[in-house]
Amino acid sequence: MSMATAKPPAVAGTRPDGARPVFNGEKIRADFPILTTLCHGKRLAYLDNAATSQKPRCVIDAVTRYYQSQNANIHRGVYSLSEEATGAYEAGREAARRFLHARDAREIIFVRGTTEAINLVASAYGQRNIAAGDDIILSAMEHHSNIVPWQLLCERTGAHLRVIPMNDRGELCMDAYEKLFGPRTRFVSVVHVSNSLGTVNPVKEIVRIAHSHGVPVMLDGAQAAWHLPINVQELDCDFYAFSGHKTCGPTGIGVLYGKLNFLEKMPPYQGGGDMIASVTFEKTTYADVPHRFEAGTPNIAGVIGLHAALDYLAAVEGPEMLAHERDLLAYAQQRMAEAPGLRIVGTAADKISVISFVLEHVHPHDIGTILDGEGVAVRTGHHCCQPVMDRLAIPATARASLAFYNNQADVDQLVAGLRRVLEVFA
Amino acid sequence: MSDLRELYQEVILDHAKRPRNFRIMPDADHQADGHNRLCGDKLRVFLKVRDGKVDAVSFHGEGCAISKASASLMTETLAGKTVAEAQDIFERFHALLTSPVEDDGAAESLGKLAVFAGVREFPVRVKCATLAWHTLQAAMAQRPDAPAAAVSTE
Repeated sequence: MSMATAKPPAVAGTRPDGARPVFNGEKIRADFPILTTLCHGKRLAYLDNAATSQKPRCVIDAVTRYYQSQNANIHRGVYSLSEEATGAYEAGREAARRFLHARDAREIIFVRGTTEAINLVASAYGQRNIAAGDDIILSAMEHHSNIVPWQLLCERTGAHLRVIPMNDRGELCMDAYEKLFGPRTRFVSVVHVSNSLGTVNPVKEIVRIAHSHGVPVMLDGAQAAWHLPINVQELDCDFYAFSGHKTCGPTGIGVLYGKLNFLEKMPPYQGGGDMIASVTFEKTTYADVPHRFEAGTPNIAGVIGLHAALDYLAAVEGPEMLAHERDLLAYAQQRMAEAPGLRIVGTAADKISVISFVLEHVHPHDIGTILDGEGVAVRTGHHCCQPVMDRLAIPATARASLAFYNNQADVDQLVAGLRRVLEVFA
Repeated sequence: MSDLRELYQEVILDHAKRPRNFRIMPDADHQADGHNRLCGDKLRVFLKVRDGKVDAVSFHGEGCAISKASASLMTETLAGKTVAEAQDIFERFHALLTSPVEDDGAAESLGKLAVFAGVREFPVRVKCATLAWHTLQAAMAQRPDAPAAAVSTE
């Protein structure tokens, strides 16, 4: 299934007998130790999930267990501990393949996060395939991490960026997108779900149009991966990236998916150990995909933690979780609309998780400080999306972003906090 | 957390809502842009210096309540001060916001600016309160015929 183009049915999660299953949110909340901590003596309402997700106990335990009883370098030792660590690392690759529904585990490359994944593609793919006068298409709602690597490539090569515009609701203008293609269009890189607006982009259609022009597509899945089921074969994207820390896993680990036929033709991104077949001072032969792109000792503990996170997500993900997230988003938007002078920024027909908002006469930074005092964690600022803020002619927003472990109490706490903001600035 | 009223004092809210000297000064002989990237605050400080004294000072731009109020109170405080006095006030103001211990004497010597003492309890907001002052410094250092200087409190 593709969540990108097909909206879930309004009755997502409905059982054949018509009864809507209850999503066991309290049981899930108990999996996340941090959710029981206090913030300024108050219950923590963590609503900054678009910045990073919290970690379930199984992930924390997996990382601890690795360091306590499995730690050794991989792909090196003949001793059993090293073999065990190698096995655990490569099992993480298989888990990532399963998570993305990729065809082959060799299409999974471990990186530090989405940012490094995009840099890797811009650098290794760009070096061979993009030249002066070529065009690269991005969208108006990209995170800085899907702009700057391409700008660096443009500076090196003399290529140009073309930008898909968006409307005031925060939806991409697909007609304009198609018109951006020309004989020199070489690459498209677009965000799957916007971190600043919550828009779910029609990525399957974006890929189809690009492929009709013979142009490959990379999707930035940092915000999408833990909200939507991802099937890279159905999307038919050529590259897909996501970050571990935004999928209940550790920081410092992420995944780049690339179609094998692309990866095999790409030169290395970094040189070092583990990415070579043989080295002499005259000539080095590189290792095969995927190890060619994983120079040096990798983030083994990160992969093991990510594996635990992806297994955890696989167990909780499904129509009920999606329905819970959509219901909570609707509830939050409805409750927040009660606050006088509040305007939600980003009102795409298909959106998830993210509620960016501004309050008349109150700067987002002041909202953030006052909400913090009420135990509510939200992000304030430009969300690493300055072009989005410029496009919408606002300097910044406050952003509440939801996860499956949030509940109505979190939203109610946010709404009470907003009342406090209005009191202070009355 | 400290009481929010310590941070959002009436004087601060008043200056945030109705900032003083909030205008573009077309005939300024010094100006600079300040940018707090964390929250998107952007302001420009305009300055006229005559005989080593601040003859006129104004600001314009977008910002949170703390940065706007700080800029507004700064412009009120500095009118008629010498460049050296302005520098001295900034140093004491900065110490008020960042020193690990409260110093009632320092606060008293700062007059109205002492309302910002509460910012000390909110370390991430210190940059908001000092943005206008850093921008002022850049403006003072700018040669009259040069394009606007730019500073960032990142």
